[in-house]
Amino acid sequence: MPGEDYASPTATILCLDGKQSRSPATPLPVTDVSSNLALRLSRISKHFGPLRANEAISFDLMRGEVIALLGENGAGKTTLMNILFGHYVADEGTVETFGKPLPPGDPRAALDAGIGMVHQHFTLADNMTVQENITLGTQSLWRMRLDRAAARRRIEQLSADFGLAVDPAATVSTLSVGERQRVEILKALYREARILILDEPTAVLTPAETDALFRTLKLLVAQGLSIIFISHKLHEVMAVSDRVLVLRSGQLVGERETGSTDRKELAALMVGQEVKPAEVSPVKLGAPLLVLERVSTPPYNGAGLDNVSLTLTAGEITGLAGVAGNGQAVLAALIAGIRRPTNGSISIAGREVADWSPRTALAHGVGRIPEDRHAIGSIGDMSVTENVIAERYRSPRFSRMGFLNWKAAGRFAEKLIADYDVKCPSPEARIRLLSGGNMQKLILGRALDPDPAIILASQPTRGLDVGAVAYVHRMLLEARGRGAAILLISEDLEEVLALSDRIIVMSKGRLSTPSSRGERSIRELGELMAGHSGEHSDHAA
Amino acid sequence: MRLEPKPAPSLAITLLFPLAAIATTLMLTSILVLAAGASPLSVFYLVAKGAAGSQFALLETLTRATPLIFTGLAIAVAFRAKLWNIGAEAQLYIGGVVTVVLGTGALPLPSAILIPVIMVAVMAAGALLLLGPAVLKTRFGVDEVVTTLLLNFIILLFVSMLLEGVLKDPMGLGWPQSQKVIAEAQLPRLIQGKRLHYGFVIALVSAVLVWVVMKKTVLGYEMRAVGHNPEGARFVGIPVNRALMKTALLSGGLAALAGFSEVSGLKGNLTLDLSPGYGYTGIVVAMLAMLNPLGVIASAIFVAGIFVGADAMSRAARVPSYIADVMVATSLLTMVVAILLTRFRIRWR
Repeated sequence: MPGEDYASPTATILCLDGKQSRSPATPLPVTDVSSNLALRLSRISKHFGPLRANEAISFDLMRGEVIALLGENGAGKTTLMNILFGHYVADEGTVETFGKPLPPGDPRAALDAGIGMVHQHFTLADNMTVQENITLGTQSLWRMRLDRAAARRRIEQLSADFGLAVDPAATVSTLSVGERQRVEILKALYREARILILDEPTAVLTPAETDALFRTLKLLVAQGLSIIFISHKLHEVMAVSDRVLVLRSGQLVGERETGSTDRKELAALMVGQEVKPAEVSPVKLGAPLLVLERVSTPPYNGAGLDNVSLTLTAGEITGLAGVAGNGQAVLAALIAGIRRPTNGSISIAGREVADWSPRTALAHGVGRIPEDRHAIGSIGDMSVTENVIAERYRSPRFSRMGFLNWKAAGRFAEKLIADYDVKCPSPEARIRLLSGGNMQKLILGRALDPDPAIILASQPTRGLDVGAVAYVHRMLLEARGRGAAILLISEDLEEVLALSDRIIVMSKGRLSTPSSRGERSIRELGELMAGHSGEHSDHAA
Repeated sequence: MRLEPKPAPSLAITLLFPLAAIATTLMLTSILVLAAGASPLSVFYLVAKGAAGSQFALLETLTRATPLIFTGLAIAVAFRAKLWNIGAEAQLYIGGVVTVVLGTGALPLPSAILIPVIMVAVMAAGALLLLGPAVLKTRFGVDEVVTTLLLNFIILLFVSMLLEGVLKDPMGLGWPQSQKVIAEAQLPRLIQGKRLHYGFVIALVSAVLVWVVMKKTVLGYEMRAVGHNPEGARFVGIPVNRALMKTALLSGGLAALAGFSEVSGLKGNLTLDLSPGYGYTGIVVAMLAMLNPLGVIASAIFVAGIFVGADAMSRAARVPSYIADVMVATSLLTMVVAILLTRFRIRWR
């Protein structure tokens, strides 16, 4: 099992609870407290029009310390990090690194000061090699010759030192998501980053990759690096950080030593009230609503479907677990109507649907929550109103004789904004300006408002914070209570376990046999996710 | 240097920036005027006077603006859906061809019937001309910039062939020109004895109609959605290819009306110099108007005014009228920069 070799020497020597325990690795002069200071933010404020993204935020980061930055969507985490990295200029306040002021609005100065950032969405050139990506921009354009051998030796040294295994000669497009993240970290280390910012680093990782990342982080802090870890997953924050800072509506609302707090308190700080886990009522099974029979498709964002049969039943949430790229994307696209099967049939309420498209899917009562809210789920440069009517603009409610009824559309947008508690300046605002959580709430409202009989929720909470996640879960459970047949596709196993009445694991384009709630252990599901299914048992590693 | 997005600009800034762009244009073109040995102020005064300083000048400017409104609208519609129609010139000429084919006596109808019939046929011809590239784009992914641009040359040679052959006026003393359209097929003049004709009114009405289509109708909504995010549009069930086809039909039809209006309202017959590049200038007009159909009216009059004014100025100040091309081109560049500045803040370093 990949997850069980925790007993690596480094991991046992370095425990995270006592800060003194890791100072031996980098002895630092303790003559002055400020010399131990890696980063100091003093009263940082940033406003976008009426929106206060950051309001007088101050904190210190010590050498060799991991702080976690927690906060809901739109709480101001990303804005704050963008100020730190020089993408934005703060309206007020200063940043100091290692005792020196950091010039605002200058990413190069931030790099020179030793700040490295690993973005949530990787910033790698896919068609170039790992080494080229890492050294990109570190050498003068005027130099005639690049010392590739030396660069390669340094990369290999860094890889070995910090457990960041990746082949420097590999092309980035061939790498897995986890490997790409390692390249991003190597890129920062190659530039001698002393402060590493990780923005939602585990959102795209499998559990095993997450463990590997945490081992790397421990090695880094042992070398005296300081880390800012942005996450919304509380158990990870608890596992990896020394100190937790909680942001809410642009303000720093709490600062806790990780050892003296718990998940419940942090969650409450984050949303401003206690979060109750979703309560699941007993299933009231209805009729089968959507039936896929022996469906195959070509590959699309990962594996294609290979002879897949699936039945979604009214009143039930079917959870689809699996490691990214095993065919979930194409299954979601298929049910959403943007892909057609090459083989097999799709039936809704007992009748086969021949002409399958987004429109027929909508007409047959499929509510769709797509995986990618920016690229597919919304049209960023159009207004909130224009986006929320997008699936139904031809209905008599919103148009007559080819003319749109903007009044009705505006009322509908206002209703969704109120019902789903969306924070946005006005229905006329471009949807691009909304935070991820608010955008997702609008997409949820658009999909759920017509009371769809079948709901496709593909990674519905990816990148969302605790409050928004709980909200999405509640809405899905309410829809289940109304008798909708729901397919929940998620890479977050906890989410699948919490919500699903029936769990299916997807691996290499095929589905496992379903198991009911609590029937399979996490370990058994993990084995299925890794491709060790009972039916075709092959004992490859 | 970096660009940082700004929140939505205020109305004042939206109005102020185009004016600043025009001021910058004048300053930049002053350099060339000085190089030509003339005083910038007097040259600009002469241009303004030549464009709008008298009833004659103003009517001439509006006459010249008429085809630009049509081609500008054609481009604005197409670009909004990110259909890059560079072929308005060809569509304009096809409009001219259909006008003389139907308007030189083939259909003996009264004016009230004949003119609408010709307009419908003209629009259909322009629409079909752009449909080809649109089908190639949606079916096979062929770049419409290339196909529409190259079609301009093909159509111009085709028109040349017609004017040397079947459409050649037997009484034309051997010139490559068509017969005159009959009186019933002519658009009347707006003012007796002046060149401004009802084509200008049709252009204004078209602009308003296009504005209504873009703002108020399902079609306009689909076109904008497809232009902003085709993948997203497809996901929500908008028929992307069909919307692009409709865009192509509308755009091609509008551009062809420019040819109809020039032949039927102004020239009377078809020649190879029907358009001094109205199809290409339409791109400038549409961009200056930020693809807003009503803005197209203003920007077409602005561009036409510079051309008309520069002609008058060059007679008086001996600065070549090419300065008009420079002014229009520079104003496009400054306008693009102005639009950029309303949406982004520039950070040096």
